[in-house]
Formats: sequence, C-alpha cells, structure tokens
Amino acid sequence: MASALHLPLGAAASVFSWRDSSTFLGGVGGLAMPVAAAPGLLCRRNGNLVVESKIREIFMPALSSTMTEGKIVSWVKNEGDKLSKGESVVVVESDKADMDVETFYDGFLAKIVITEGETAPVGAAIGLLAETEEEIAEAKAKAQATTPVAAQPSPVEEKVLSPPTPVATPAPVVAVQVPTEPVAPTAPRSGRIIATPYAKKLAKQYSVDLASVAGSGPGGRVTPADVEAAAGKTPAPIASPVVQASAAGAAAAAPAPTAASAQESSPAPFGSVAFTSMQVGVARNMVESLSVPVFRVGYTVTTDALDALYKKIKSKGVTMTALLAKACALALEKHPVVNASCKDGKSFTYNEDINIAVAVAMDGGLLTPVLKNPNKVEIYSLSRSWKDLVDKARAKQLSPAEYSSGTFVLSNLGMFNVDRFDAILPPGVGAIMAVGASTPTVVATGDGLFSVKNRMTVNVTADHRIIYGGDLAVFLQTFAAIIEDPKDLTL
Amino acid sequence: MEAIAVSRGLVGASRLQSFFADTSSSSSSSCVPALISYAGLKKNVCFSASKPACELGAVVAASRGAVVKGNRGLRVEAAATNGSPQSFDYDVVIIGAGVGGHGAALHAVERGLKTAIVEGDVVGGTCVNRGCVPSKALLAVSGRMRELHDEHHLKSLGIQVAAAEYDRQAVADHANNLATKIRGNLTNSMKALGVDILTGIGSVVAPQVVKYGRIGFADKTITACNIIIATGSVPFVPPGIEIDGKTVFTSDHALKLEWIPDWIAIVGSGYIGLEFSDVYTALGSEVTFIEALDGLMPGFDPEIGKLAQRILINPRKIDYHVGVLAKKITPAKDGKPVLIELVDTKTKEPKETLEVDAALIATGRAPFTKGLGLENVNVVTQRGFVPVDERMQVLDGEGNKVPNLYCIGDANGKMMLAHAASAQGISVIEQIAGRDNVLNHNSVPAACFTHPEISMVGLTEPQARALAEKEGFKVSVAKTSFKANTKALAENEGDGLAKMIYRPDTGEILGVHILGLHAADLIHEASNAIAMGNTIKDIKFAVHAHPTLSEVLDELFKSAHLEDHAVVSEKAAEPVAV
Repeated sequence: MASALHLPLGAAASVFSWRDSSTFLGGVGGLAMPVAAAPGLLCRRNGNLVVESKIREIFMPALSSTMTEGKIVSWVKNEGDKLSKGESVVVVESDKADMDVETFYDGFLAKIVITEGETAPVGAAIGLLAETEEEIAEAKAKAQATTPVAAQPSPVEEKVLSPPTPVATPAPVVAVQVPTEPVAPTAPRSGRIIATPYAKKLAKQYSVDLASVAGSGPGGRVTPADVEAAAGKTPAPIASPVVQASAAGAAAAAPAPTAASAQESSPAPFGSVAFTSMQVGVARNMVESLSVPVFRVGYTVTTDALDALYKKIKSKGVTMTALLAKACALALEKHPVVNASCKDGKSFTYNEDINIAVAVAMDGGLLTPVLKNPNKVEIYSLSRSWKDLVDKARAKQLSPAEYSSGTFVLSNLGMFNVDRFDAILPPGVGAIMAVGASTPTVVATGDGLFSVKNRMTVNVTADHRIIYGGDLAVFLQTFAAIIEDPKDLTL
Repeated sequence: MEAIAVSRGLVGASRLQSFFADTSSSSSSSCVPALISYAGLKKNVCFSASKPACELGAVVAASRGAVVKGNRGLRVEAAATNGSPQSFDYDVVIIGAGVGGHGAALHAVERGLKTAIVEGDVVGGTCVNRGCVPSKALLAVSGRMRELHDEHHLKSLGIQVAAAEYDRQAVADHANNLATKIRGNLTNSMKALGVDILTGIGSVVAPQVVKYGRIGFADKTITACNIIIATGSVPFVPPGIEIDGKTVFTSDHALKLEWIPDWIAIVGSGYIGLEFSDVYTALGSEVTFIEALDGLMPGFDPEIGKLAQRILINPRKIDYHVGVLAKKITPAKDGKPVLIELVDTKTKEPKETLEVDAALIATGRAPFTKGLGLENVNVVTQRGFVPVDERMQVLDGEGNKVPNLYCIGDANGKMMLAHAASAQGISVIEQIAGRDNVLNHNSVPAACFTHPEISMVGLTEPQARALAEKEGFKVSVAKTSFKANTKALAENEGDGLAKMIYRPDTGEILGVHILGLHAADLIHEASNAIAMGNTIKDIKFAVHAHPTLSEVLDELFKSAHLEDHAVVSEKAAEPVAV
C-alpha cells in the first residue's frame, strides 16, 4: 500500500520507560509506530551518559483515531533481517486500511512477538528491534522473559495477559482500551436463536450472550432493542445513560448497576479472579497515587438555579455532566493553578487547554472520557460531544487522546444519593472534584429567615506541591458562584 | 442490473421518416450507402463477400411492396435507380431497444444506414426501466439519507440537522419518474434521427429476415441487410427459490420499492446485491448477505473487495454467510417469515435456516434469447447465450460465422454491462459500415454505485499476475489513498483507495481499481487511456485541476515506477496523511 508511515522513534529512546511512551502515541495523532527502548536504558559508558542496550520494542501503532487494535497482515522483514531507515517492516491492518509501517531506525529485527494474522491492542509490543547483530540474542532472551506479554493464545487469556500498555501517563485515572472480546460462536442450543444482523453486532459489542436474550421481534427474533435492553443500555437518545462513578477506584470493586445488569445471567464471582488489563491499570495508578501529598477542601453549593436551568434545557439534550464540566472549566479559567500539574516534583506545568476528564464506570472498570475546553464550547455542542464520548467508550472505541488528555477530573456519585465522598487524585493531574447529591436542605438566610434550598457538597482533592488551601478555596468560591448564577453556562 | 432488456416487437408503425425520403440513394436501404460507388470497398462493407444480397443493397420499390403496407404507407423509393438486383427494407434491424440497441441505432444513423429497431416491451430495456437508471435514483436517496444520519460526519463539517426522514412512496416515485424521463429521451433521440421503432416481439425467421408481431395481430416480416440481436437479459433465479414478488423478489420488484423490510436477505453479493444493500441499510433495513463463493464481492480485485468490506459492510447493519447456497426460499405466508434453507456450496450439507422478512435474489442475470428463432439460422445457444466471435458476429452450431447476424450485450454474455452493449453495438455498426473494429473489452469500465463508489477497468491484480506469468513480463502495482486528496478531505470523505496494475517496462496500464468518493466518474481517465493505448509515460504529464478528486489518479500515474526512470518497486511507498 502506498500509505507508508514514517516512524519517529527517537522520542521514545531516551525519556520514557516503555510503558509511559504511549503518551507520544496519542500525541502525534496516531501516526507513529512507537518504538521505545527497553527499561533501564540509561547507564554510563565511556564516561558519558548513553543508551546502553539498544533493544527497542516495536509497538502496535495507532493508525487511525478509532483504532484500538491492529492485525499483523504480514511481516515484510524476517527475524534477523537488517533494517535500514525508511524501510517497510510490517504491514498492519487497522479498522480502516492496511498500512506499511516503516522504521526510521537502522538495526535488526531481533524478534517477532506478534506473528502474521495475530491481533494486538494498540501500544502492545509486536516485535523487538536490536541495534547490532550481537544484541539479537539478548533481545530474544528478553522476549523469552516477557513471554506473557507476547502470548496471545485465546481471547480469554489475552484479556488477562495482554500488557496494560495503553495506560497513558497523564491519564487522570485509568484509561485502558480493552479489545472487544469476540463472543464465542453460539453452539446450536435447544431451539434456534434468530437474531438480526445488528442485534448480533450489538451482542458482540456488549458481550451479551444471545441465548440469554428473549426476542421480542416477529417469531421471537432477537432485535437490536432486545440486546440493548439486555445490556442495560437505554436506547434513549438524550440522557447520558452511563453512570459516573468515583475515580477512587470504587468502581472496580462494585460494578455500577448498568454494568451489573449486563451480566445478570452470569453466576456470582467466586474465588480469585485475575484483573483485566483495565483493572491492572487502575491498580497501578492507585498505588502510584500514594506518592503524591494530597489534601481536601469541601464546599456546599446551592443548586436551585442550576436545577431550574437543567429542567429547562434537559429536553434539548443537555446533561448534568456537561453543565458541571462547563462550570468547572469556567472556574479553572480564572484559577489556572488548579488546572496545572506537577510532573517532576520541582515545577508547575500549566496547561493551555482545560480538559475535563469525567470518570465513567464501565463493565468492571473505569474510563475517563475527556471533554475538551468546555469553557469554550457552548453547552449544546458540549452535551453532544459527551454523548459521542459515552457511545465510543461503550463501543470501546475511545482513542488515547479522548481518554488521556484530561487536566482536571470530575467524579459524580450524586445520582446514587451519595451526599459526599472524597476522591483519590490520579497521577498526572493537579486536582479532582467529587460531586455529591443535591438535596433539599433547610437553610438560614442572612435576613434571619429559614428556607429550603437544594444544596450539593463538592469535595476537591489536590496535589499540595502546587495547589495550596487558598487556591482551592477561591477556586471553589468561583465554582459556587457560577453554579448559583448559572447564566454563563448557557453561553 | 446493467443489462439490456429484451423485447421483441409488433408491428406498430412501420414508417420511413422523411429523413430517408429526402435523402439520396445513399441513405436508402443500400447496405453501405456512403461507399456504394466505390466498388472496391463493397466487400468490406458487407462483411462477407459471399453475401450477394448485402452487396446489392439498393432499394427496389417493387420488392418492398409487401412491407409498404405498414399503417402509414409512407414509403421511400428513392433508391430504385441504382440497379441492384436485391434489396432490403433496412440496412440494419436491431432486435431489442435497450441501451445496446439504442447505441447501435444512433451510430447506424450517423453512418448513414437505414435502421429499424424492434421492441416488444418498453424502450430502454433493463437498464432504463428495471436496472441502472431507477437504481441510481434510489441510491441518490440512500446517499443523502446516509449523510444526514451520520451525525459524526455532519458535526465534523459543522452541520446540525434534526432527524432526517423519508417518504417511501415519494422515493419510489422519483425512481419511476426518472425511468420514464430517460425512456422518453431515448425514444425521442431515435425518432428524431429517423430510426423506425417497430413494436412487437421480434425473431429471426431466415437469414436477413425478421418477423415481429404482437399477440392478437398479424405478424409482419421485414428484410434487413444486417440483423443485430440485442435482447438482453432477465434476472436469474436459481432453482428452489420461489418468487412471489412481495417477500421474495428480484431487482425488478425491488426497484419499485413497495416496502422497506426490517430485515432483508440478499442472495448474491455482486454489484446488484451490493447496491441494494446500500439502499436498504440507508433506509433502515438490516441486511444479511448470502454468497455462494468463499468471500463477499467475488468479482472485485481482492484488495478492493477487502477494503469495500471494511467500508461498506462491517460498519453497517449487515451480516453475511459465505460459501453457502440458498437451496430453498419460501415466501412469507400465514404469518410465517421468509424461510431460507442454506446448504454448503461444496458439500451440499444442510447449514442453518434463516428467517427473514424479505429476500432479494441478486444472483446474476440470464440471457433473454428464447423464441428468437435462432434455430432457423442454425445457431445453438450456450446456457442461453448467443455465441459470437470477437467482432460480435454470431457463430452457428459448427462454429462458423453466420453472415449478417450479430449479437450484442447481455444476450452474448461477454460483458453484461449496459455501456458494454452500446460499445459492442457501435463496433458492429462500424464493421457494417466497412471499417473493421474490434472492441477492447479491457477498456470498458464498470462501476458499482455504493457510497462510496467502486469502479474498475481492465484486469484485477491476480488476473494481471497470471497473465504476466504466462507471457513473461513484469507487473507492478501503484496505489494512492483518498486520504491524501485535498478535495476528498474537504468533503470529509477520505476513505478510499485507487490502485493501478501496470507493466513497468512499457508503462502499459493493465487495470485500474478505485474505491472512494465519485470513483465511478474518476475511472474514465484510466479507461480512455487503455482504449487509446496511452502509457503511463504519456499520461503522467497530463495536468489536473487542483483541488479535484481527479488528482487521486494523477497521483496514481505519477507514483508508478517505470523501468527507464528508476528502480522498479512493486509497492509504491508514498507517505499518506491519515
């Protein structure tokens, strides 16, 4: 195919460990075939700091914004072949097209990890590249050591073993794309299952066993609506059907109702169950979060005006998530430090964009689709973007840029009537807001009267290396002012 | 779909237009009027010197007396003076007024031949009435519906649209109106040029004699120096399939769009099936393909087929069963759905039974050649097809040419496309007019009007490689992507691929395949190049307006590596913006 990709490898070689290098993957719009040096690459030779072992992993590139996994059509080069800059190494089939993938590095193809015809998630190692011939053996040894990473025997095992590579560093919580698991072909059971083509597609997408779905169509046929109902997906066009859960990792332990209903037919879990790659990512990020000194500030906000506004524009497809995200973004605009992050322990990293990551519970996991610059997008478009993101998340089609570019995180458990909670700050961002339910409360007003107002408690967890108590306080004050007088939200 | 319909006629108005009346002997029924004074050329003119009848093609009034009894009685006798011993009513009589017959008729007039066309059904044949034309109307609707429902695409263009809906009857009317209009255009164009349109079922009763008639009326007989059979084809329905025209039907019924089933099975994944899948899914149906061969879209270049599956099948509400035959299809009745019994194509073992709302049979087309009277001229059809040589001259049971008898279009089965029929017709007229002409079928493009479209000309890559192996030449392949084309990106329609198979030593284009926006319109630069014998060396210097989709082909030609330029690479490695 004429469409060859040139691969900038250099970026990966020196800065990141290989797991982290997926940052640049998303960053270049999915064009690069990422090749990163093996971990522990920096050491002294000849008195200079150089890259010693030039064994690089060749990653499954993201060839399009919707690609989550790729199939190796063919390896143009064989193990042991010399590679020169600009040569085609492998042909990858994405959801869109076959692409020749070229190398920008000279070296040797030491080891093919994913063989022809096999599929690997974006970011997974598909081969090893050695700089010199001598290092080929070393690379092979390394490949042996990491066999589980490479092994892709069956769909089930794949889920357990596949490397959690697409977890991006700046991802607020955990954002792993798990390849859609193919539904095992239903063996002929007692009574045939008649399902329409789209119903079959949806069943595969939602991992619903068609045999467990009661068909409501003509002759007991399973229709797309039946599958959606079985998967707990309301086909309602407007309201955001996905429950937002805490970023604190609670979701992994207690699946949200939507996820649970999809698995109603399966037996209750028992004994030791290995993490999925998404859950592995969650666990790692949660442990990593312990290295950041955090503190929390709470604030109670009156939401009568917001509730009235929501009631008015709900019918136009506006969701509460979009309203809250916009309010956060407008407040962050005035308090850039809360939108900053601390990457190295020594400096502030201010972000030009205000990207609100919203924690969403997915079947047995957690995703954080990102609303980009809600402060600059009017509320109707924002709500539509949110709906798209949720649809994509559900279809496991979020691109790295759509789940890993958050600069502030929003987590809302209000719909469960949780009145307050506190969230764990995920690595890579400066602050996370935990939103509780808005409940009618008796309030004493300044003029000595009592009245009943809807009030909601929000609780922000922040990285105290860069954000101090005063910063959060004024940020929350601004946020409360916006919520209490929400006219700016509809601009 | 792209075939020509068959119809044979009855005597309606056997009249000679004043066009003929006013012309000299050269435009009368002589076989080759323009050349008639050049004796030396006469042999060329009538194809076979042994055909005295044809050579003596002048009109003798007396001999035509019988025919002159046509309902109008307006006859032309201008040519009576050239002394030819035998005369014919017409230089050319074409049986079947589809696109092939129409193309031949217009060209015959241009060449100065006196021409009649016999049609027993409606002018325009399958293409105009039950094929390409009405289906294009439906596809125009489906393309727009698809666009209006693709929120993501619209949004990326900055457009917001409320839910788009359609009125089925109005869509059906659009298709029907279009067919009526094109039919009128065709009829008028022939009338205006003076082609006699004879209504009735036509057949060959003897060499150079055509009978045509309509039930309830007396048959009429006319003589023709040359006869062209252009009776086209009808949908092919495999045995075991019961057509009721309501829940199990062919393209003939489907184009009327009488209803939109929730779930329709399409038997056959060629052009017709693929186009209908585009229409039905855009209008809200779910589709199940049933394909006897091991892969969908078997006729396409494999790479194009693969990409087409990715763009036109996988993202849509379509599933498929391949390697299976629909052994038995029972229409819906008594509240039961349409039942389709599948068997393995090779082993014939029963597979599953499908229950769907409707089934469209798109398993190809069968020639419409029964009752043509071919036995009268010792011609034996092969699976219904009329055997012809490369010049479309009909061959008899012994493989000998039948003088003055030609067959074009779907009826000969060489290339079942409307425009191929027309091209064959023009080629035949050229021969009749004394200029040898052999149509290069490799230069005839084909198109499938899905969204996006697919088009092709010449050989597929496997065909080219097989030929190359046999003849010992090298083959190279160049490809360009629509993703690299500015105009396509402006339309947000970057899906697509153009692929060229060529000889790196000579620069000859062996085949071009395009899948992408307006592919059907883009193919002609390649097909014309093949027809004219232009090589890549010439055509790569042609200038294309910027920014246009035609630059996809420009890129394609320029990306070819020819041997006298540089290293030959089988895979062009052009960076493409994704």
